[in-house]
Amino acid sequence: MEEELFKEYQSRLPRKLIDDIRDNVPKSISAAKLKKVLEAASEEYAAALVNPGEAVGVISAESIGEPGTQMTLNTFHFAGVAEMNVTMGLPRIIEILDGRKELDTPMMEIYLNKAMAKGKDIEELRRFALALKETRLQDFVTEFSINITDLTVIVKLDKGKMKDLGLTNSKIIEAISKQTKMLNIKDDGDSLVVKSKSKDDTFNEVYKIKEKIRGLHIKGIKGITQVLPVKRNDEFIIVTAGSNMADVLKLEEVDSYRTTTNNIFEIEQVLGIEAAREAIVREVYKVIESQGLNVDVRHIMLVADTMCVSGTVKGITRYGVVSEKSSVLARASFETPIKNIINAALVGEVDELNSVVENAMLNQVIPIGTGLPRLVVRQPSGKKQ
Amino acid sequence: MKMEAEVYLNNEYVGTVDEPLEFVSRIREERRLGSITSNLNIHYIEKSNEVYIECSKGRARRPLIIVKDGIPLLTEKHIKQLEKNEISWSDLVKQGVIEYLDAMEEESALVAFYENELTPKHTHLEIMPLAILGYCTSLVPYGNFNQSTRLNAGSKNQKQALGFYASNFSVRMDMDVNILHYPQMPVVQTIMHDISGYSKHPAGQNIVVAIMSYKGYNMEDAIILNRGSIERGFGRSTYYRPSIAEELRYAGGLMDEVCIPNKDIKGYKTEKDYRLLEDDGVIFVEAKVKEGDVVIGKTSPPRFLSSMEDYSLASNIRRESSINLQHGEEGVIDFVLLTENEEGNKLFEVRIRDQRIPEVGDKFTSRHGQKGVIGLIVPQNDMPFSASGIVPDLIFSPHGIPSRMTIAHLIEMLAGKTGALAGRYINGTTFDAEPEERLRKELLSLGFNESGVETMYNGETGEEYQAKIFIGNMYYLKLKHMVANKIHSRARGPIQLLTRQPTEGRAKEGGLRLGEMEKDTFVAHGAALLLKERFDSDRTIVPVCEACGIIAIRDEYRNKSYCPICGDNTTVSEIELSYAFKLMLDELKSLGIYPKLELEGKY
Repeated sequence: MEEELFKEYQSRLPRKLIDDIRDNVPKSISAAKLKKVLEAASEEYAAALVNPGEAVGVISAESIGEPGTQMTLNTFHFAGVAEMNVTMGLPRIIEILDGRKELDTPMMEIYLNKAMAKGKDIEELRRFALALKETRLQDFVTEFSINITDLTVIVKLDKGKMKDLGLTNSKIIEAISKQTKMLNIKDDGDSLVVKSKSKDDTFNEVYKIKEKIRGLHIKGIKGITQVLPVKRNDEFIIVTAGSNMADVLKLEEVDSYRTTTNNIFEIEQVLGIEAAREAIVREVYKVIESQGLNVDVRHIMLVADTMCVSGTVKGITRYGVVSEKSSVLARASFETPIKNIINAALVGEVDELNSVVENAMLNQVIPIGTGLPRLVVRQPSGKKQ
Repeated sequence: MKMEAEVYLNNEYVGTVDEPLEFVSRIREERRLGSITSNLNIHYIEKSNEVYIECSKGRARRPLIIVKDGIPLLTEKHIKQLEKNEISWSDLVKQGVIEYLDAMEEESALVAFYENELTPKHTHLEIMPLAILGYCTSLVPYGNFNQSTRLNAGSKNQKQALGFYASNFSVRMDMDVNILHYPQMPVVQTIMHDISGYSKHPAGQNIVVAIMSYKGYNMEDAIILNRGSIERGFGRSTYYRPSIAEELRYAGGLMDEVCIPNKDIKGYKTEKDYRLLEDDGVIFVEAKVKEGDVVIGKTSPPRFLSSMEDYSLASNIRRESSINLQHGEEGVIDFVLLTENEEGNKLFEVRIRDQRIPEVGDKFTSRHGQKGVIGLIVPQNDMPFSASGIVPDLIFSPHGIPSRMTIAHLIEMLAGKTGALAGRYINGTTFDAEPEERLRKELLSLGFNESGVETMYNGETGEEYQAKIFIGNMYYLKLKHMVANKIHSRARGPIQLLTRQPTEGRAKEGGLRLGEMEKDTFVAHGAALLLKERFDSDRTIVPVCEACGIIAIRDEYRNKSYCPICGDNTTVSEIELSYAFKLMLDELKSLGIYPKLELEGKY
């Protein structure tokens, strides 16, 4: 009975709303009352819908752009709070909307599973955090030197730092030999002696080996340059500088439901396009909120939708969203007009004049608002004048 | 181990020294002794271990009294000698009593503000605290009570004030100058007014200012003026602008001629435009001129002498090239000058004068960066008045004070009031002014409220205002931005030749651009038809060949349209589009791109 009512309203209400009503209505509700609820909901919903011909894009652009002029250009710093330097303000918004893959300050917030989040064993938490940090060979080495007679590289180890990082000589050797097969490594206690496997090496090649092993990744997660355990709302989380979502989510100590990054491109890779859209909205809104501005989320949602419709995240640049426009004139009026027109001429592109900019250029009525409706008159059939 | 310090002379590496500190102090000693030039500054940067010596031109430097062991080298003896004119400033510099420091050397100096602050650590003493300010900033009275940004604004405003810029102004031909009528010396002065001879070029007037609101016409920094004050001459000025014509010589012995142009000349205006010219082709002095009137009549030879045919007719086809008043200009001819320039060409200069009486929109300022434009001019009988019958010349909005924190503005009013009542000038020198407390006491002894407030009455109803109004005298400046030079409107007017869009700028009677962002607001409102109408200024009707889509040709003479590609045998339809778009299509064609218009029914 009830299900039938819900079905009836499927065409008038989105599924999410119907589900919400179903979950929140008392189980014992009568059919007549439920119908009333649904009717009221559909009326409210219809009233909230945007009218056809409303210039939502321009309104969104103005709604974000106008408060944007009041935004502080530079990063905010909160004195006394253990926080890392994060790009905020206008530069961050530009970064997100341009759809950049390389962020200025990539960052992760790693949530932990229950046992660790409570922070009973702080020392364990600290060790886990430290283990996340990417460690290269040079980070715990005091000196790289070359023995010219033997043509070997001597790596002097800093035992104190190694202990801190929980490393042993054998672990290091294992890590190095995993990455390069052409080296013979001899454990010498306080130092490692590295020699090439090939017999006839020149000094030059040994030097190259020395430079190469310097940056070898020994431990931790690639890309994470800094870790900072922070207490937030009764639980411990780890904030990192640098981001590598794919690898972090593989760790079993990590709560993969809540762990997140500010790198939208990574979210798209790991979690998919819907998550990326959500991330864009969240990240842009975070900046706008932090500046004390007041912008309706729906404007940001529209921008995020525009960036994600194609299935991949596209920036609002001439290479991204704008390049998808079907109109030659619209593309040309954005940036690089000559390039756009010549490329269009080469393939004989046709501009259908379906959108706003093109028609404004031609001094024609634009298909928005009052310019949208057309009058259709049925000709009387049969009779000819 | 101490490294040798690198030495740079005018930013060029010259060598090293072992003991940089000793080296620097020795150079300074030599400079004070006069054995090396006094135009040299030296500074040692400890962090990078470098010594910089500067003696290039263009550095800003300022003089300071040298201090040794906490005792300034300038003594009473020097001052007595100075008073008797036995020694001069440059002698003090030569004697090593005073030296000039540049920005770099200042870093290594510890300068005392006042003599009683001196300790053995100090290296220099200010000649007077005012010396930290520049010329214009020193002219702001009680400057130490203002926010520093207001001092900057205040000194910038003073540079734009109308005044008495040169006493021989009547025989000068300066571009765009103004003379203030009845300029006065300020009642509240600084020592800089004396030093600079401000009495020879004053730039403002002392007026009575009341801080209150009046009918809302002094919102947002506007000010209200008393019409009576204006009629008595407050803020009146004269604007001078010369028009210049030169008899140029051209190749082939041809030249410009200043004369009343003949009627058969190319580009002849109307007889009326030339009516003010005398026989020599120049306007007479004291002629009243309006826009479009010719000031100097001039004809020029034809622009291009291509064929012999033109040559023979050269005398007939001379061009009109008179100088006439530009759009919006008017005035009286003040001065006519005939002379010769460096190239030996005859030069005609005509100066136009125009009296400027303050009107709504003219800009005025006090000396504290409190600028504003006139919002309303009120007849004297409607202005508020005080118990003693004083009517303010100007009403200033109280909202201008709290956020800008120009306390000196208020103190100047108090000081000005005291000075005006006591009949004396008040010393308002920054850091060294007559104290406010004394002014208040004097004001009280003169029979006024010591806080400067007075009971005021509504000028229209005679009712007493509930609040006591702060009223006082202060020095106001008229700034050179006057509406008469800026007012601009256009309904129809000239268009550009290339794009057929309206011209830009006041001088060309241009339109105000409805730009891209303004366009967006129409789009956001969905006002599609309004947008189209706004952009209709350059719309054209263009014949288009339906077969090939190229712009066709309309031959009105034969009453026929044809296509340059398809010829007569095609349908040509007329469509409406903006001329700028048609121009773009033409430009594409010139690039070798063939823009085709595919036509379809509108409905």
